[in-house]
Amino acid sequence: MGWLAGIILLLIKLGVVLVVLLTAAAYLVYVERKLLSRLQIRLGPNRAGPFGLLQPLADALKLLTKEDLVPEGADRFIFLYAPGVVAASALLIFAVIPFGRGWMFMGHEIPMVVSDLNVGLLYVFAFSSLGVYGVALGGWASNSKYSLMGGIRGVAQMISYELSLGLSLVPVVMLARSFSLVDIVAAQAHYPFIVLQPVAFILFFISAGAEIKRIPFDIPEAENELVAGFHTEYSGMRFGLFFLGEYVTMVVLGSLVAVFFLGGWRGPLLPPLVWFSIKVLAVVLVLIWIRGTLPRLRYDQLMHLGWKVLIPLGLINIVVTGGVLLWWGS
Amino acid sequence: MTLYQVVFYLLAGVVLAATVLAITRRVVVHAVVYLVISFLALAPMFYLLGAPLLALLEVILYAGAIMVLFLFIVMMLPRETRAPGLGVLARQCWPAVLLTGISLTAMAVVLLSLPLAQTPVTAALASPRHFGRVLFEKYWLGVEVASFLLFVALVGAYYLGKSPEPVAEEPGESS
Repeated sequence: MGWLAGIILLLIKLGVVLVVLLTAAAYLVYVERKLLSRLQIRLGPNRAGPFGLLQPLADALKLLTKEDLVPEGADRFIFLYAPGVVAASALLIFAVIPFGRGWMFMGHEIPMVVSDLNVGLLYVFAFSSLGVYGVALGGWASNSKYSLMGGIRGVAQMISYELSLGLSLVPVVMLARSFSLVDIVAAQAHYPFIVLQPVAFILFFISAGAEIKRIPFDIPEAENELVAGFHTEYSGMRFGLFFLGEYVTMVVLGSLVAVFFLGGWRGPLLPPLVWFSIKVLAVVLVLIWIRGTLPRLRYDQLMHLGWKVLIPLGLINIVVTGGVLLWWGS
Repeated sequence: MTLYQVVFYLLAGVVLAATVLAITRRVVVHAVVYLVISFLALAPMFYLLGAPLLALLEVILYAGAIMVLFLFIVMMLPRETRAPGLGVLARQCWPAVLLTGISLTAMAVVLLSLPLAQTPVTAALASPRHFGRVLFEKYWLGVEVASFLLFVALVGAYYLGKSPEPVAEEPGESS
C-alpha cells in the first residue's frame, strides 16, 4: 500500500508542477510582451480578452494549428526531435527544486519537491548541459546556413558559460555542505546566501543569463544577422517548443536563484509558496528589464567576459570562501 | 529476476545497441547522437549500482561536455564525407585489434577474480560526501596524476593554437 500511495502522490505532484510550470511559461510570454512595450512606450497585446489576457491561449492555438514544415534537405529525424530536447531538459530541471515547506497530511509529511536527490545541484547541471543538444542539432539538421551559424554560436556560448555557472555555485555547496537543494534552502534559515556570497550571485546571474541566450547574450539568434538563428527553419508547435523551452528555463532560472541565493521559500508572514513565487517573479522581471535595457554583446566581448573575467573571478571566489571557512572552522 | 535486474539489463541493451549504431553510422552527427544516447543510458546504470554522483558526472562530463565538443567540430564538417577505402581500414585495424584484445583480457580477468561479480544487483547508495572521502584519501595520487596530465594537454593545446609569431625560430615537432 505504501508504495502505491507514493506513486499516486508522485503522479499528482508531477501533474500539478507540470500544469503550473507550463501556465507560468505561457503567461511569462504575455508579461514580457506587456513589460517590454511599457519600456518602449507601446501598448503591447491588448486585443484578446481584457487587457489581452487571453493572448497566450490564442498564441498556443495558432502554434498548434499551423503547418509543421520540414525543409528540403533537412535531416528529418533529428530536425523533428531537437525542439523536444530543449523543452524536456528545461522541464526536467524543476524536479529537484523545493518550492515550499513540507505539508502535513494524514500524519505523513509531504515534501514540496518532486524529488529530493542528494546530488540535486549536479542534476540541475546535467540537464542544463543537455539543453545544448537541442540548439546544436536543431541548427545542424535544418540544412540552412543561418541555422547552422546560430547552432554553432549557441554551442560555443553555452559551453563557455557552463563553466562559470558551475564555478559560481561551488561556494554555495561549501557553505551548505550538501548538493541537495532542500539542504541548501535549510542552510539559509538565518540569512540568505546572497548576503554571504554576493560575488557568486552576480557570477551565477550573468552566466545563467548567457545560458538562456537572452539579450544581451542572444548572439545565437541575433535577428539582424541570422534571421532567427538555430530555429529559423522551424514552424508551428516545433517552433513553439523552442519558445516554451526558453520561457520554462526562465522560470527555472528564477527558482534556482531563489533557492541558491534568496533563501528559497523562506520569508516572514506570508506562506512559503507565496514567498517562493514572489522571488521567482522578481528574478524574471529583472531579466525582462535587462532585455529592455541593454544592447547585444559582440561575439569577442562575449568570449572575453566568459573566459577572462567570470571564470577567474569564480576560481578566486572558491579559494577565498575555502580559506574563510577553514579559518572560521578552526 | 528483481526489478533492479530488469532495469539493468534493459539499460545494458540500450547501451550496446546505441554503441554499435554509433560505430556503424556513415553520417558523423548520427554517430555522435548515438554515442550520447549510449552515455545517457549508462548514467542510470551507475545510479542503480549505488553511485548517483558518478551517474550525474557521466551526464555532465561525457554527454554534456565532451560529446558537445565532438558535435561542435563535426557540425562544421561537410555533410557527405566519403568513407576511407578498405585498404586504409585493413592497415589500421591491427593495432586496434591488439588493443581491444588486451583490454578485453584485462576486463575478463578483473570480472572473474572479483568476488562481487557473482552477487546479483541490489539497491545500494554511496553519498557524495562518502565518495569524495574515499576518492581523495585512497586514490589522491591517481587524481593528481590525471589532473597533471590534463594540465599538460592544456598547455599543449595552447601552444598549438597560438597564432604564429612573426619571427618563428623553429617550427618544432610537437604534433
